[in-house]
Amino acid sequence: MQDILKLLADIVGPQFVSDSPEEKLIYAMDPGTMPPCEPDIVVMPGSTEEVQKIVQTANTHAVPVVPLGAGLVLSGLSRPLKGGIVLDMKRMNQILEINEISRYALVEAGTSQGMLQAYLQKHFPNLKHSAPDAPPAATVAGNVSIHGSGHLSHAGGFHSDMLNGLEVVLPTGELVRIGSCATSPYWFARAPLPDLSGLFLGWAGTTGVITKLAIKLYPSYPLNDVGVFVCEDASLMPDILYRITGAQMAEDVTAWMTPKPDWAASFLHCNVNYGARTPKELLWKRNLIRASVEKYINEKTGGFLPLPSMMKNRFLEVPARQLSLFADVRKGGGFEYVGAIMPVELFPQAYDLGLDVSDSVGVNYSMGCRIIGVNHCMMFFYAYAFNRADPRDVDRAQAALEKTNRQVVDMGGIPWKAEAPAQKEIIRKMDPNMFALMGRLRSTLDPNGIMNPGNWEEG
Amino acid sequence: MKYAEILHRCFRCGYCKLPGNYIDFNCPAYAAFRFETYSPGGRMWLLRAWQNQEIQPSKRFQEILFSCTACGNCVEQCALPKIKDQLLLAFTAGKEELVVSGRVPPAVRDCLTQWQKYGNPYGLARKKRTDWTAGTDVQPFSDQEYLFFPGDVGAFDSRGQEIARSVVSLLKDLGLSFGILGNQEVSDGNEANAMGEQDLFCLLAQENIAHFKKLNVKKIITLSPHGFNALKNDYPALGGVYEVFHYSQIVAAHMAKLSHRHSCPDVRVTIHDPCYLGRHNGEYQSIRNILTVLPGVEIREMDRTLQNALCCGGGGGNLYTDILGHAPESPTRDRVIEAQNTGADILAVTCPTCAIMLGEAVKSLNMDRRLQVLEISEIINSRIEPRYHHLPDE
Amino acid sequence: MEATTVYTLNFDPDVCESCETCDCLMKCQYMAFDLAEAKKEKDNINRGKDSRVLIECATCYACEAYCPANNHPFYLIVERQEEKGILPAPAPITRQQTLMMKPKGTITPMRVSPPVIDMCYFPMLTDSIKEPLYENPSIIVGSDIFCNIMWLHFARNSVIREQLPRAIDNIWHYYLRDSHVDELICFHDECYATFTHLAPAFNIPVPFKAVHVFEYISGRLDELKDIIEPVNAPVAYQRPCSNRLIPETQHWVDDIFQKIGAQRVKRTYDRDNALCCGQVLRAHQREEMADDVQNRNLEDMKAAGAVYCVFNCPACMMAMAEPVAQKGIFPIHLSDLCQSTLQGDAPKG
Repeated sequence: MQDILKLLADIVGPQFVSDSPEEKLIYAMDPGTMPPCEPDIVVMPGSTEEVQKIVQTANTHAVPVVPLGAGLVLSGLSRPLKGGIVLDMKRMNQILEINEISRYALVEAGTSQGMLQAYLQKHFPNLKHSAPDAPPAATVAGNVSIHGSGHLSHAGGFHSDMLNGLEVVLPTGELVRIGSCATSPYWFARAPLPDLSGLFLGWAGTTGVITKLAIKLYPSYPLNDVGVFVCEDASLMPDILYRITGAQMAEDVTAWMTPKPDWAASFLHCNVNYGARTPKELLWKRNLIRASVEKYINEKTGGFLPLPSMMKNRFLEVPARQLSLFADVRKGGGFEYVGAIMPVELFPQAYDLGLDVSDSVGVNYSMGCRIIGVNHCMMFFYAYAFNRADPRDVDRAQAALEKTNRQVVDMGGIPWKAEAPAQKEIIRKMDPNMFALMGRLRSTLDPNGIMNPGNWEEG
Repeated sequence: MKYAEILHRCFRCGYCKLPGNYIDFNCPAYAAFRFETYSPGGRMWLLRAWQNQEIQPSKRFQEILFSCTACGNCVEQCALPKIKDQLLLAFTAGKEELVVSGRVPPAVRDCLTQWQKYGNPYGLARKKRTDWTAGTDVQPFSDQEYLFFPGDVGAFDSRGQEIARSVVSLLKDLGLSFGILGNQEVSDGNEANAMGEQDLFCLLAQENIAHFKKLNVKKIITLSPHGFNALKNDYPALGGVYEVFHYSQIVAAHMAKLSHRHSCPDVRVTIHDPCYLGRHNGEYQSIRNILTVLPGVEIREMDRTLQNALCCGGGGGNLYTDILGHAPESPTRDRVIEAQNTGADILAVTCPTCAIMLGEAVKSLNMDRRLQVLEISEIINSRIEPRYHHLPDE
Repeated sequence: MEATTVYTLNFDPDVCESCETCDCLMKCQYMAFDLAEAKKEKDNINRGKDSRVLIECATCYACEAYCPANNHPFYLIVERQEEKGILPAPAPITRQQTLMMKPKGTITPMRVSPPVIDMCYFPMLTDSIKEPLYENPSIIVGSDIFCNIMWLHFARNSVIREQLPRAIDNIWHYYLRDSHVDELICFHDECYATFTHLAPAFNIPVPFKAVHVFEYISGRLDELKDIIEPVNAPVAYQRPCSNRLIPETQHWVDDIFQKIGAQRVKRTYDRDNALCCGQVLRAHQREEMADDVQNRNLEDMKAAGAVYCVFNCPACMMAMAEPVAQKGIFPIHLSDLCQSTLQGDAPKG
């Protein structure tokens, strides 16, 4: 490995490569419960050319390569399961282009959500991107590549749906442009070309290294508001969500359920965020959203909380800083996170599953779901807090994670950003031909099997 | 190790790396080295691993710890309210453990040795502490209203000495009654404290306190925000209780006494908030009040301003140890580029450490024709009538 | 076994029988009646029958003041709503509010000395209780002394009956009795209304004397008159719903304004014509009505030239501060405005 270290130092400079115990420790794990897997080397490229050279070197020597954004996926996808090189992409964080008319942003893969948001607020205040609820240090590319979702997902779908194009370094070192950028100087769409972006979305970095991407931008409204709808009966939620999303007035529809504070337990809340250009438009949208659930308001089985303006800020903040607070619920700096992509009609079962797991395993929970598209599906999330300093607590959170993943799969949902054990659950249920095709594609793209090995494998 | 009980509570969410508006990285060590290990979250996890004996305090580990400039951005931005106020304390405690066991980078070792031997980090003789007063008529303290405390940088660094002279000239123009401790003064100890040398800090502080007591000092004006921080916040626990001001606060309150020049060119000024005035002590307004009343000054704020200010990189002893200087990136250079991007002619500072760090960055980028780094007293002095033509007391 | 005390409402149907004007409904600002319909609806309510009033009532409390016989028409509406299972607000919101405001049982004895300021369940406002306006105050606050009057908005007299006696008992036994204090200054208008109007109406005994904070403030302003720096500005006053229960306290507002040099603007929606802040209407899911009420109120303040909008009730202030500010009017609680005249830092509108 010392030879590899030297070769990498020649590519990026000695100060951007390390095999020190300190880097090995930190880059071995993310803040979730997955056990550490140490890399041999951590390297930080500063350009696409450097990424290519690194990958070519790794290929030549059959050394695994694991691309890393901010490492906030919490399911350990950026741990090097078989050692090798961790490619910390965050030096490549330039915002390359904002196309205002066609509403897209072209950024390097290491660009953080926060920096893109701040850049747009300063230079293009009429535009915004869909930010996930991850901390602002999370990268745009990382979130897109795992089919993330965020504050505009009701309007625009998964963040991968908002992708216009990619620049990717293949496992064999070639550089490929995918989308309109392959034939045009504009990064405006993936259509009408054969869409190869799917080869790099949801693959846990096993098919290549994204170095640039273009994502859709959306209007940023000067006026924003939120309605928080509350009910007590989970069986009503699919219809409530169907109605609210049917109004197509909101930007984000996200439900949340939490046992603390005590007054919140057993209630199901749904944040409906919307924006407008004028006060009249804002009221009009509010009224249409309310009208969509009038049935429940009239039956007195649900209603919007009477929140004064000053109390709405926490629901309007993007990203929501308070979500990180859940990590300190057990005074332990950790929470494990299962996101399950599933149809909205499974909401009641998904909710009951969370309550059951929390009760049977003995973990603190926080649950919710973000609606993708016009009720096309939901990302139902389960967060289980744990105390990192207590191995039994960590085990409990992990047990909760595994039980949840298994039951999600059995229910007909699919764990999002699945870690290696959950991937195996998914493979167990997967159409064998699909899995076989995945294998063939990987063999073609990555004949030496260097890209994040250990992921999407049977056994 | 003190504060060990909070180390595992860090979620490594990364809020600590950024300012409140997320516009760019704001942890100087992380911005300089770019490895996650150099971020506050990385430091927390490494300290825990060390306490759990999973790693040894290697040279790299030491560098990671001592690369922290104690700027307080992590304390300001941490998403976890129950541990945020203890982050810097934990890092200092980690440094303390290293100091006690003698496992520190050579530059840190040398610096601390100078302090111990000479009462200052420059390794210069005590008698040289008043060299800066040449050409001024600053008097020794004896019953004046204020003791003026120039600190190590003001006393020994050539740029710091320029600033010290500029400040005392201004204080005289304001008609304030002040004197200095002279060669009996030793370092305020703020940087030694930030570097984990608690015992040394106590020794230095107690020596100063003894002199202050003998002279019946009640009010102190400091040149440096570092000294301001130590004297205001840390000396009381050792029996040194005074009314402590940073000189910018005094000047801001007395600006009406100054008579302005009739013709001064208009200037655009951007403001760098020093960590030990701003984030550590909540003082952001005095410099702005001063600049607002100066004629012909247009203030242009940087994106990272007030509590979001990017540290100049000189804190945590780095002005002397230059650990960040070995890093591949330079947040100090980033800062002056940020200043220049506002279109400002002048980057205004209220800290001699900032003046030195940012001034050197400007020079290294060959920007000195486009951007001047000036201390606030220098800006004021350039825009007021010559000495002794000021308005009488109201 | 201890007998459970039943707190019956002091309502006499015979009084309504002989009433010719039916002011309680005829003067309602939110529902329109002719006299015949009003009498019929009132009779239905009295007899426990269905009435549109039970559905449409905005719960503004005003009819308690309109009734010349003090026969508690509003409290009776709330009784009937609960008896019939009529919820002004959705069930989940009603239940969540009761859970949120439930007494936590964490009260501990504390010695107090006059003036004892009851902050109800507004711990976030205790910073306002300071010198010079409040002279060496003792402050009591918390869920265990919450006055519970808000349940009138949610058709939950049962919660009032259950929790108010306990809250009164807590105040008396944990704070006042052993400190030999029998006077309590109520910072919140609602608390004063609870102890002096609501509790007697339900025959709930109150062993201490409640003093309105405006009475206290007015007295203090007399004592501190030499250091008052007058506001010298036109002000609008937002009269809260709870003040309808205690109209005898209105004059304190005028007294205070006079002492601090605030000129109360003449406007349409003031005094007996005051409008609800709208927040309860929003809880009742009557958003458009809330918008209308709030807009009329704000336009009225603006047209009258108000520089400040002075609040009595913290809940009104939370609901209206932002829209008031958006109209270019400075929102401020009356206590804070008085405090600022004593410190020379009255906010400039």
